[in-house]
Amino acid sequence: MSIAVAASTQLMVHAELLHKSFGNLEVLKGVSLDLRPGEVVCLIGPSGSGKSTFLRCINHLERIDGGRVWVDGRVIGYEQRGNKLHELSGSQIGRQRADIGMVFQHFNLFPHMTVLDNLIEAPRRVRKETRASATTRALALLERVGLADKARSYPKQLSGGQQQRVAIARALCMQPKLMLFDEPTSALDPELVGEVLQVMRDLARDGMTMIVVTHEMGFAREVADRVAFFDDGQIVEEGRAKEVLSAPRNERTKAFLAAVM
Amino acid sequence: MTPSSTSSPAMVKDDPQTEDLVIVPRRHIGQIIAAIAIAAIVALIARSVATNPRFQWDVVNEYLRDASIASGLAVTLKLTVISMAIGIGLGLVVAVMRLSGNAVLNSVSFLYVSAFRGTPLLVQLLFWFNIAALYPKITFGLPFVSLNANHIVTPMTAAILGLGLNEAAYMSEIVRAGILSVDHGQGEAASALGLSRLQTLRRVILPQAMRVIIPPTGNETIGMLKMTSLVSVLAVSDLLYSAQIIYSRNFQTIPLLIVASIWYLVVTTVLTIGQYYVERHFARGNRTLPPTPIERVRTFFRTHARISQGATK
Repeated sequence: MSIAVAASTQLMVHAELLHKSFGNLEVLKGVSLDLRPGEVVCLIGPSGSGKSTFLRCINHLERIDGGRVWVDGRVIGYEQRGNKLHELSGSQIGRQRADIGMVFQHFNLFPHMTVLDNLIEAPRRVRKETRASATTRALALLERVGLADKARSYPKQLSGGQQQRVAIARALCMQPKLMLFDEPTSALDPELVGEVLQVMRDLARDGMTMIVVTHEMGFAREVADRVAFFDDGQIVEEGRAKEVLSAPRNERTKAFLAAVM
Repeated sequence: MTPSSTSSPAMVKDDPQTEDLVIVPRRHIGQIIAAIAIAAIVALIARSVATNPRFQWDVVNEYLRDASIASGLAVTLKLTVISMAIGIGLGLVVAVMRLSGNAVLNSVSFLYVSAFRGTPLLVQLLFWFNIAALYPKITFGLPFVSLNANHIVTPMTAAILGLGLNEAAYMSEIVRAGILSVDHGQGEAASALGLSRLQTLRRVILPQAMRVIIPPTGNETIGMLKMTSLVSVLAVSDLLYSAQIIYSRNFQTIPLLIVASIWYLVVTTVLTIGQYYVERHFARGNRTLPPTPIERVRTFFRTHARISQGATK
């Protein structure tokens, strides 16, 4: 255990033997994954293989049934006392989540708030920032994702690609150490995928640590440092993006890549 | 004109040009006949109401601004506002309890709604009115607290308790439906940003649930205004009871019932207009709103620059 703790202090993410079941269905069967600061890892694999569930365990949106996750040296969602992991209080988990940005497949912007209010809501309520300081950073982030002129618009007035860029800016406005992307382009019209991937590419270049669940193999090959191939609740192959994608060794990886490429 | 337009096989020699044809919508004869018949019936009723001397419009007019009717109206409004406030506040708590994962909170909420929705409001009002028979001394279970129930639960208190607690049962179901109507992803996005459960409910879920909650709440408020008339059985001098007191003295039953009805109608009309604007407020970000009637009137009377002669020709 002490070795794991020591290792976890230098890693941004250290997931160890995660187990998760929904009823009788075991969706994670002991998944482990490490990320160094600044690394980009893409999770690929067929639907229902556990990629999204694994991602949601990292910020405790899903309760885990076994295993541990560290983010930036701290166990997420639980406090270890003796040989038991006690779940943290809602506000403690909230503080941990504040450092972990998440982007969803269906954007999940707050439709009753303007774009600007979507961005500054969490900095103001969770970090207790003033409206002025949160707004300054929010406008800079909107500029960065190319939507400076949309600050006063409502989400429904934007295209899917614009909404997803706002969602990324909203996550970044909390100044997270880690960004989780759950199929960020799967709900978009094909011609809008590029603008979202471009924002993510820039983010990776700026050194953000990112875990991306995606079906965009081109993006994975170009941007990811590593890919992990999920199948049936396990990581069956993991390695440098270019190697796994061009020369997979596992039979199931081969079959999956042959089908999608 | 063009070669293709003259090559039609059905072409007759003096067939007009396509662009000169006028489109005539189908007339619905049945609808027109029904409209005339109904207009005639409405006119007959209106004439009868206006000319039948037994309506005694002069008496109605006399009592419309009577001081005791006015104070009755004030009591009715006060009861409506307080009972709805209790109903909405407590209803929200009961709804959140019902949606919580805790089995005890969940079943208590369920039992509350069953009990208060499952018995007639009139019975509940009479229960509260006679609470002293059940609990002569109210102690709240605390030492040195012993209050005479008959002093505390006045007819007005009994009316407020009866109306408010009953309303909470209905409001909790309305609030629950509203909360359930909000997409699951909204709560997840809020949690992922680090917002607490209470912040998520207050800032993200409820404002969106309002779109579903407001229309039936408007209904409930209008219903409550009229339900307050039930408190006349507790001798609370609301609008109806004030009218009853007057007609029991002067036997002008019909004119005074009309007076009460007119005031109920006036208030429900005001409430309906209020509901319209509250609904618009909570619709923001979700659809482009049509102009309000006032905006429409303004647009109609707004002048603009003279349309140039050339353009109209």
